[in-house]
Amino acid sequence: MRAMLWHRVSDRGRMAGIYDRIVGPLSTIGGLVERGLAYIGSLAELVGQAVAQVFVSPLKRSLNFQRACHQAMVVGVGALPVISFITFFIGVIMALQGAYELRRFGALHLVADTVAISITRELGPLVAAIVVIGRSGSAFAAEIGTMKVTEELDALSTMALHPVGFLVTPKLVAMLVMMPCLTIWADLMGVLGGSVFGVNGADYTFASYLAATLDALYMRDIVTGLVKSFVFGLVITAVGCREGFATGAGSDEVGRSTTAAVVNSIFLVVFVDLVFTAIFYVTSGV
Amino acid sequence: MSSQTAGASEHDTKQDTGGPIISVRDLRVKYGDREILHGVSLDIQPRETIAILGGSGSGKSTLLRTMVGLEKPASGTVSIHGTNLSRASASELDQVRKKIGLSFQGGALIGSMTVAENVALPLREHTNLAGSTIDVMVRIKLQQVGLIKFQHFMPSQLSGGMKKRAALARAMAMDPEILFFDEPSAGLDPIIAAGIDNLILNLKKALAVTIVVVTHELASAFLVADRIIVLDGGHIVADAPAEELKRSTHPRIQQFLNRVADSDTAEDVDYLSLFMEQLLKPSHMEGR
Repeated sequence: MRAMLWHRVSDRGRMAGIYDRIVGPLSTIGGLVERGLAYIGSLAELVGQAVAQVFVSPLKRSLNFQRACHQAMVVGVGALPVISFITFFIGVIMALQGAYELRRFGALHLVADTVAISITRELGPLVAAIVVIGRSGSAFAAEIGTMKVTEELDALSTMALHPVGFLVTPKLVAMLVMMPCLTIWADLMGVLGGSVFGVNGADYTFASYLAATLDALYMRDIVTGLVKSFVFGLVITAVGCREGFATGAGSDEVGRSTTAAVVNSIFLVVFVDLVFTAIFYVTSGV
Repeated sequence: MSSQTAGASEHDTKQDTGGPIISVRDLRVKYGDREILHGVSLDIQPRETIAILGGSGSGKSTLLRTMVGLEKPASGTVSIHGTNLSRASASELDQVRKKIGLSFQGGALIGSMTVAENVALPLREHTNLAGSTIDVMVRIKLQQVGLIKFQHFMPSQLSGGMKKRAALARAMAMDPEILFFDEPSAGLDPIIAAGIDNLILNLKKALAVTIVVVTHELASAFLVADRIIVLDGGHIVADAPAEELKRSTHPRIQQFLNRVADSDTAEDVDYLSLFMEQLLKPSHMEGR
């Protein structure tokens, strides 16, 4: 009798152990998914409010336009030098890496195609986005976070100015316009970088390299990159501003929100890139 | 001395004329589970100058933030011009806010704009005035606070007192009916603080505005206010004209007025007993 009871108790213990092993990780995954969805929901809410503010105060469109132009200069024109250098170097690197494999098959003449497609479809928009995250996404979080700590957001509210309309809307408009522009520029610089190898390491002239690039590219290659860059702009602005508004009390909180803005933006941009690349692959069959 | 409950039932309905310009009824405000204001009621009449006096943690800043709609009350109401801020729509709240000006403790000037741009901001956003007219109005406001020479300075280039004066100029930009001051003389040397007090007195004489000053500075409160409301631990303990308040026998008010510290609440600690207790804890014995 005692042995039976002991078996029953130990069975119950074993069941509880199995239950914990299954339910524990599942509840952790469920919690992560819930938090992730709540985060994306908060981003969507912020973007919705920012877009609505474009239409709320039509009388003040000139002021909003001025603020958006200022942001476009900071976000877009300010990023040109660093994006130029980085994508130029990446163009050279892609050509070198591509040539390493292509020459084994005697296909060195395809290096222009490799560079053109990889830059326009993937690396141009992605590198431009990562540079903009580092320059502007972090700056958005730090600016809004500091304004929250120093009660400037409260001051805007008491002046009947909506912080989202005043701060986020111009940034969003600027980013949605400038990200595709920066991506086109990044594409050009990447191709230019590839041409340096093409002219010096393969049998191209500069003109023949450009001609080969144009031959290799379809309009959809460029358009998919631009569509992605537009969504990247949306994500970077939403995450940067959301983290700024979520800043708690104290100056160390500004550092936390800046870090969160950069890390979350990079993660979401790569995730969005994956989703869009998969969609383009399935829908276009390439 | 009138208490916080005085007249509590008289002003519950919307009043546009004759009634109080600000009416607070049974206001409770919580931060998480912690209640900061425990059922505060008060009325402020048009063109009255009120000082809300209290020590650190008394809830005076929370009361101010709730009165301008920056904090949502857990229960109770704040009405300005008869508009209940808790129930007001966004546009109604905006209409109320255009009639008030708040001078923040640290200034809260927009750091990316010059002093003049800060003062011009509400005018540019809420009026259709020509740029040249706004420039003239900004100069007038800056002249009133003595900052005309600093109009092109950035907020980071200003001293603490200048920031407060610039914030006051911005608060006055829309010619508000109610001016709120959050700790106007905190962190300033006595001379600059006296200058700010004089500025408030001048405004009181020159403009037909209602002024609400939140402060812990006794001298400042007695100098500028027609009536002083004393907050302690989230309750109103006094609501009376300055002279009447000085005669109050309320122990907490006397303590505040005479700058008497709270009795030391720290308990004597027997460190030897604590040490022995830790040493002889069962957890230390288990391993043996």
